[in-house]
Amino acid sequence: MDQFMLIFRHEDGSKIASPEQMEIWMKQTMDWIGGIAAQGKFVSGTGLPMDSAKVVNHKGVVTNGPFGDIKETIGGFITVKADSIEEAAEFAKGSPVLQGEGNTVEVRKLQPH
Amino acid sequence: MASVSTEASPMNHQQLIPHLFRTEFRKITAVLTRLFGIEHIEIAEDIASDSFLLAVETWPYKGIPENPTAWLYVVAKNKAKNFLHRNDILQKKIVPQIGQQKSEDEFDIDLSDQNITDSQLRMLFAVCHPTIPLESQVGLALRILCGFGIEEIADAFLTNKETINKRLYRAREKLREEKISIELPEANEIDKRLDAVLTTLYLLFSEGYYSETSNEVLREDLCAEAMRLTLQLIENEPTNLPTVNALMALMCFHSSRFAARKNEHGEIILYRDQDENLWNKDLIAKGALYLKLASVGDQLSTYHLEAGIAYWHTKKVDSIEKWDSILQLYNKLLQINYSPVAALNRTYAFSKVYGKEKAIIEAEKLKLINNHFYFLLLGELYKGIDNIKATENFEKAMSMAKTSTEKHVIQGQLDKISN
Repeated sequence: MDQFMLIFRHEDGSKIASPEQMEIWMKQTMDWIGGIAAQGKFVSGTGLPMDSAKVVNHKGVVTNGPFGDIKETIGGFITVKADSIEEAAEFAKGSPVLQGEGNTVEVRKLQPH
Repeated sequence: MASVSTEASPMNHQQLIPHLFRTEFRKITAVLTRLFGIEHIEIAEDIASDSFLLAVETWPYKGIPENPTAWLYVVAKNKAKNFLHRNDILQKKIVPQIGQQKSEDEFDIDLSDQNITDSQLRMLFAVCHPTIPLESQVGLALRILCGFGIEEIADAFLTNKETINKRLYRAREKLREEKISIELPEANEIDKRLDAVLTTLYLLFSEGYYSETSNEVLREDLCAEAMRLTLQLIENEPTNLPTVNALMALMCFHSSRFAARKNEHGEIILYRDQDENLWNKDLIAKGALYLKLASVGDQLSTYHLEAGIAYWHTKKVDSIEKWDSILQLYNKLLQINYSPVAALNRTYAFSKVYGKEKAIIEAEKLKLINNHFYFLLLGELYKGIDNIKATENFEKAMSMAKTSTEKHVIQGQLDKISN
């Protein structure tokens, strides 16, 4: 069984959601991850808060987030076990991130050790 | 501590010896091993076993003594003394230690409650030493400290007796080779070594609570022993840590339902059918207290999560808050420590929050087709949605069920559908 990383890409990370909406997303995300964990396929994962984010540019120029000219931001990732990239993509389809228009979940196979 | 009742229930002769073996074998073994040193652990075990053998040979003819435990202690003490008399080297080493104020012939072996408690706590850490593989630690502790039979340990690990015997043999060799002293670990070692100790206590409690290896539905004395050992860790300041309190909370919450878990025929009553008036309020309150004590620090162990789940189960009334809290705790638990049981329970909680239709989709993803509880869950979820499928799943579960208790529960479900 291989491991795959599911990377959540938000089209516009600076959009502000209401606390109620955030609460719903959070719960949906926990239930989605719990569903993968219940199949024994969850490996690890984390959200990536925007606060205090930095971007290091060419020649070491550091800028603070939000990212201005970078359109997409990464909101988090999880690593799952799956028999195939197709199965991993099935997991990705359940991600609440996809409720946001323009958002995507990128599915990448991890290099086996 | 007013824990689970350990009052001797009316016991026939067939139950008495196994019961005493469970509670006393390990006490005698712990005290004698501490006295003789870890390298003589097998002699300590042999003396303890021989004492029981003598009981089996004597009691049927002379009757059961008024105080069977005291009888066993006297026999064990005499056997230990005889052994020491025969073994010069050990005698020279040990007798002066224990007989300081007495002449050599009068020395006594200390089987007082205090010394038993103390010896068991030390033994618990000795057998859970990091140089021994975790599996062996747990096996050894179950044998030496919990008086489990080889067959029961094999069942607990879902393996066979030969494997366990080999594992225990190697573990004892290791204890000898490493010359592990029967002492409590240093403060900086405790965290590392506590994991194995807690795993063992958790297994001991589960063995008592779920008891799949025997027809006895519950073994309250086993659970009480697990709680007693856990309490010893709590009462010993250096081991009074949040995870230990979390485990204790979990045990209190679970055992609060003992009286409600079986009917007068000794059959299991499902949680939702239990009379909550029979739940032990004191134990629930104690559990809440230990959970509070467990919630300091930043460590979130599986025991914390399971204690949280058990806490919500002490509230009988269904509410979205209850089941959603349980669902989230299972979500976290599965991320840290997947188990099929947790996956099935999570799906049940999911059905309570999102309804049966959505839960069926979640359940069918689990594909635990070798687990009869999987089909039991599917039967439950399909009930009232598609009774034909519900029946199929219950029948499948029935064909795979191992114990008469389980078959009885499943039959009850089938009967409800057909009526």
